Amino acid sequence: MKLRLSSGGGVGNGLGGDAQARLVPQARLSGPMPWVIAIMVALVVIAAAAGLSLRNTAKAARAELSGGVTVQIVEPDAASRERQAQAALAQLTGLPGVVSARRVPQDEVDALIEPWLGEGSSDADAIPVPALIDARLAGSVSPAEIARLRGALRGAAPAARIDAQSDWLKPVFGAIESLQWLALALVGLLGLAMAAAVLLAARSALGSNRETIEIVHLLGGTDVQIARIFQRSIGVDAVAGGALGLALGIVAVLFLARRFASLGAGLVDSGALGIGGWLLLALVPVAAVALAMLTARLSVLRALRQML
Amino acid sequence: MNKPADGEIVQFDNVGLRYGAGREVLSDLSFTLFPGSFYFITGASGAGKTSLLKLLYLAQRPSRGMIRMFGADAITLPRERLPLMRRRMGVVFQDFRLVPHLSAFDNVALPLRIAGASEKEVTKPVRDMLDWVGLSERMDARPATLSGGEQQRVAIARAVIGRPEILVADEPTGNVDPDMAIKLLRLFEALNRLGTTVLVATHDLHLLQKVPDSLIMRLDKGRLTDPTGALRFPPRRPARAPQGVQ
Repeated sequence: MKLRLSSGGGVGNGLGGDAQARLVPQARLSGPMPWVIAIMVALVVIAAAAGLSLRNTAKAARAELSGGVTVQIVEPDAASRERQAQAALAQLTGLPGVVSARRVPQDEVDALIEPWLGEGSSDADAIPVPALIDARLAGSVSPAEIARLRGALRGAAPAARIDAQSDWLKPVFGAIESLQWLALALVGLLGLAMAAAVLLAARSALGSNRETIEIVHLLGGTDVQIARIFQRSIGVDAVAGGALGLALGIVAVLFLARRFASLGAGLVDSGALGIGGWLLLALVPVAAVALAMLTARLSVLRALRQML
Repeated sequence: MNKPADGEIVQFDNVGLRYGAGREVLSDLSFTLFPGSFYFITGASGAGKTSLLKLLYLAQRPSRGMIRMFGADAITLPRERLPLMRRRMGVVFQDFRLVPHLSAFDNVALPLRIAGASEKEVTKPVRDMLDWVGLSERMDARPATLSGGEQQRVAIARAVIGRPEILVADEPTGNVDPDMAIKLLRLFEALNRLGTTVLVATHDLHLLQKVPDSLIMRLDKGRLTDPTGALRFPPRRPARAPQGVQ
């Protein structure tokens, strides 16, 4: 970075932006700083997009499964299984706190187990498959609620087993939560790495422009004036790098989104970013510019304090 | 300690300076500079002239003693207030210290811009000043393309452009021909007549005779001697009453 104090401006107290702009070095993409910031911003955008997408996935899954219970009638005798299933369905429909209850059609059950047991596996003479009832409660499903349902069905369907649907996905939610924390940690670490890179760049610029700084200092330039020169210079680099990094990051996120969308899986689809998510990603370079300028300012001010 | 004289612009009292753990390069300096006075500091190379000037333009703190400038204690003054004090001075550095990537115009304009002058307030005075030192044709030239004498004239123009209250010049005529040396000296005198205190460090004894009424301080191995009464107490006031100085 080369300090530029070109014609037509001032560095006095109360400088306007225009006057200050004349004193800052021109942004030069030939230096490493814009590229370092571009890479950092791209990685932060990708990590943040992953974190947001995972959060959306978990949120959608929780919303879908919240209040959901599955009643299985585990009875080897097909006639008794059918009778108990109908009785349980009737019982559930009339219970307070149960919003809806539906018998899962045999076709759906067949489709669910087909990948593991093959076609026609639920025939009466083959493996006995439990009858399934999908019920939705008004509130969330607590152990006490499960016990209440179990008590209500004990008489009508003694072979009924009741599970909260969210319990099945607890390990998945745990894993998603871990990945979210990982994404957050990555964003934090990349931010720190960028601050460190800017710090080194500012120190290097300070060293290579020491002569100029001393002159400005001895002619009555204040620390804040000198820091502004560096701050602005690194800010210009950061804006260029941030814009490039955002573009790179968005391209990568869109590419990955398209690849995941082609999987056609419900959970993955629910991770799509909304407007808020995209706006948050757009704020990454803004934060990077602010971080870079703040780091430059503080490091230069600290170095200047060593001078008289 | 000497009692501060009324209206003094600079007062040194028992000032000593050593670099690190070395011997004192300046010892027991006590003197007062009045507004509107013209001083020469002479002495052989290594006598401590540049070190004394560094104390004056606040590039160095003394190891001991007291320095008052513009009525304030320059040693205990908070660091944030030093820039404003520096803006009241003009300095011609021995090695010119021009900003290498700025043109002659921008180098001369630097003190005005640092002080927050608008472009309107900068352009004409800078052009006039460069014209006066004979560099109107070299306004856009970078220091590396200027001769030693031209660089020195840019450095002098930069030092005086802001009409400083005190001008400190370290060998300001060392790289210019005798005619230009006289011309620059006349510029310093003109400034002096307008109220600027001028302090010129030089080893050119001929120069001293060119400015009547100037006071001379001689440095010898870091100590001041007083051939013209510049150091006596009460200090000798300038012979002429400069304009704008009460």
